[in-house]
Amino acid sequence: MSDTHDHHDGDDDHELRVSKIRSGTVIDHVRGGQALNVLAILGIDGSEGEEVSVGMNVPSDRLARKDIVKVEGRELSQDEVDVLSLIAPDATINIVRDYEVIEKHRVEPPEIVAGVLSCPNAGCITTSGEPVSSRFEVLEDGVRCDYCGTIVRDEIAGLIDT
Amino acid sequence: MRHDHLITSKQLTRGDIETILDRAAEIDADPSAVADRHTNTLLGLLFFEPSTRTKMSFETAMKRLGGDVVDMGSVESSSVKKGETLADTVRVIEGYTDALVLRHPKQGAAKMASEYVDVPLLNAGDGAGHHPTQTMLDLYTIRENAGLDDLTIGIMGDLKYGRTVHSLAHALTNFDVRQHFVSPESLRLPREVVYDLHQADDGAGIREHESLEEILPELDVLYVTRIQRERFPDEQEYQKVAGEYQIGPETLEAAGDDLTIMHPLPRVDEIDPAIDETDHAAYFDQAHNGVPVRMALLDLLLSDDGATDRIGGAADE
Ligand SMILES: [Zn+2]
Repeated sequence: MSDTHDHHDGDDDHELRVSKIRSGTVIDHVRGGQALNVLAILGIDGSEGEEVSVGMNVPSDRLARKDIVKVEGRELSQDEVDVLSLIAPDATINIVRDYEVIEKHRVEPPEIVAGVLSCPNAGCITTSGEPVSSRFEVLEDGVRCDYCGTIVRDEIAGLIDT
Repeated sequence: MRHDHLITSKQLTRGDIETILDRAAEIDADPSAVADRHTNTLLGLLFFEPSTRTKMSFETAMKRLGGDVVDMGSVESSSVKKGETLADTVRVIEGYTDALVLRHPKQGAAKMASEYVDVPLLNAGDGAGHHPTQTMLDLYTIRENAGLDDLTIGIMGDLKYGRTVHSLAHALTNFDVRQHFVSPESLRLPREVVYDLHQADDGAGIREHESLEEILPELDVLYVTRIQRERFPDEQEYQKVAGEYQIGPETLEAAGDDLTIMHPLPRVDEIDPAIDETDHAAYFDQAHNGVPVRMALLDLLLSDDGATDRIGGAADE
């Protein structure tokens, strides 16, 4: 499917279902059903009083169904965007100030994610109380532990070390 | 870039492997020539999991090079019992020795440990992970018996948990080898290993089977591993498969005259002792080859006279 729709903001109608934000980040084109995992990556559970709007399974030209997460008063760090890219590889990040999108970019998967995910292999040295932080190589369709070689494809969000 | 540590067979190129095997052959032919090559060299043996044979083989190798070993002893008698981390242990013992050999029950242990030390570290088995020195002696034995190119090898038994199998299969992708994997459905190669093999070899030379019969006549080498009873949920399941993966004289009727049979040992009942006296049996030679191969590896990793560079050339992992 062509990217043209993006530039025309063809999804705008649907986005109105969740309120506009004043300043912060809109994470758009998240794969349908992944919004709560996006929040988990950002460490947002509402307990800090964060102002967040979430749209789930909204019709989208590009993804058929997409999720949208709008976070008031927060701009994402590169680390956060990196991990986000693993579960939402099509996501677009819009930085908003005074109701204007001042920056818009696609996520790009990093080559390595370090210290963010924990290895699901109970036999892995990184889960054994050693002073070593996890490191995963990012594959086309998953991630792979640099230490034990375990490949995770579907449940990446569940590995997020929070 | 040269290798400072030997963590996995994946880090070795064909050139590296040939360098190691050639050096082992030189040493094998004339061990006395290297008898004082590493005097005053101390090798630290850190075995967090018992393995008498691998440990003795390293010990013999170091002593035959003129060096000596210090041994952490059993885990029960060491500070590990008091909760010391592996990262701390290797940093302490590194101060006593010129190189370390590590056997540990956790996958990735050797890789992590190597990040904490400057002396060469050799992985002697990390859980279900890697066992590269075993792989080198397997390759040495295969090369002696059947060569390493235009070869058809069957690897049979517990392919799921067998780290020696995973290491060997990966190393073989460097050569012109067709690999046939024979196992019960429940003990097939882990998908991760298959993924790696396909990455390394386009998967062209890899086939999986449940029955040995289909491919036995084609094989130059049959590498047998033990199927462990305890891997099976119940005894009946085990009995169903066990017999199918045992080699006896009648099995070999369908095999080529030059078939070489290997086994990393210890065996239980996978290979009938009647095979031992035949020309097919290479498993005791295979075990003996551990010493010259480990001598070669230690020599290459410990030498600062340029020998080390001969194991180089490959991009480090
Ligand atoms: Zn791991």
